[in-house]
Amino acid sequence: MRAILIRDLRLAIRAGGGFGLGLAFFLIVVVLVPFAVGPRGDLHSVIAPGILWLGALLACLLSLDRIFALDYEDGSLDLLATAPLPLEALVTLKALAHWLTTGLPLVLVAPFLAVLLNMPAAGYAPLLQALALGTPALSVIGTFGAALTVGVKRGGLLLSLLVLPLYVPTLIFGAEAARRGAEGLDHGMPLAMLAGITCGTIALLPFASAAVVRVSLR
Amino acid sequence: MSLSAHDLSVSRGGIAVLEGVTFTLDPGRALILRGPNGSGKTTLLRTLAGLQPPLRGRVQAPPEARVYAGHADGIKAALTARENLSFWADIFGGGDVHAALAAFELEGLAERPAGAMSAGQKRRLGLARLIVAGREIWLLDEPTVSLDAPATAMFARTVRAHLAAGGSAVMATHIDLGLDEAEVMDVAPFKARAAALDGFDEAFL
Repeated sequence: MRAILIRDLRLAIRAGGGFGLGLAFFLIVVVLVPFAVGPRGDLHSVIAPGILWLGALLACLLSLDRIFALDYEDGSLDLLATAPLPLEALVTLKALAHWLTTGLPLVLVAPFLAVLLNMPAAGYAPLLQALALGTPALSVIGTFGAALTVGVKRGGLLLSLLVLPLYVPTLIFGAEAARRGAEGLDHGMPLAMLAGITCGTIALLPFASAAVVRVSLR
Repeated sequence: MSLSAHDLSVSRGGIAVLEGVTFTLDPGRALILRGPNGSGKTTLLRTLAGLQPPLRGRVQAPPEARVYAGHADGIKAALTARENLSFWADIFGGGDVHAALAAFELEGLAERPAGAMSAGQKRRLGLARLIVAGREIWLLDEPTVSLDAPATAMFARTVRAHLAAGGSAVMATHIDLGLDEAEVMDVAPFKARAAALDGFDEAFL
């Protein structure tokens, strides 16, 4: 089990692994937004939670098609499917590896980028909590989308279309928690909803993803 | 542990390719599949490996005894030969990486990234995975593609050692490996009739 995780992390960090891709994209989005909006600090601090959440979500989306496509192309997925490891465990570990290489770095840099958007200091902790609770769901849902498009050549566009609607609840509650936190309001309820969504996806989607991978390999 | 197929029909994309395939493979024996391109050898091997369900009939063999090697070797270009093999050894429960490297004379290449290896070297690495998997029934699809004569002999030696140790192998290959333990099965007589489109009811349309 650990071998899969170590291999995926190692592959992500080595040349061409795409480790910094999501992070760079997130940085670019957040840096460019103030230029596009114009020099209005009050406006920036209002939109900051939403922009940070949207940037994190799109950065996650960017690396989803690598989750299974590379293993499918070089034949590893066939071999892993016949290995003693259950496919449910494989997809869970793939999602975990994706979160560790994409989601976790985004969570960690978000408070620093929040400074660029003039976000009120009270919002940093809620933003961090919301991203930490919400990004695992993005990886798990994304793994399901990647499983659905595993046999499709250049399935990136289809993957985005399938996954984006599924990301909506996470985005709504995540951004809401960060916004309420920034405004100094109680943000417990959206955080609880967000945690619920994440727990639900982690509990259910690996079974769906594994079933889909099994069908795609036929 | 023996592998057997009973009245097995296999399909590709919902269309039956082979039907009525029946055989039993005892430990220490090898079965060589022959047949023209597109005759269903790969589909049969994938069905035997459990990657796709049979259309009809059944395959009898414990799933944990089988290992499959297809056209693609499942090698990660960014990892070294040793890292690639160690990964598979961990997945399959700790095979001997050193012995596997030695069997295919890859010791000198162990620390080289797989992306920098030639096609034949990659194939040897792919075949070395069979040794670290430590399973009894090998299902091999064109194992000798891109191997030169010494490497083919190396492979034949490995298969012979595997069979002598009580393992068995089914392989689709056009090369004569000189295995005394092997039976040859031509898949052409099992070709499914064109009318075997399951669930296709012309009268209903």
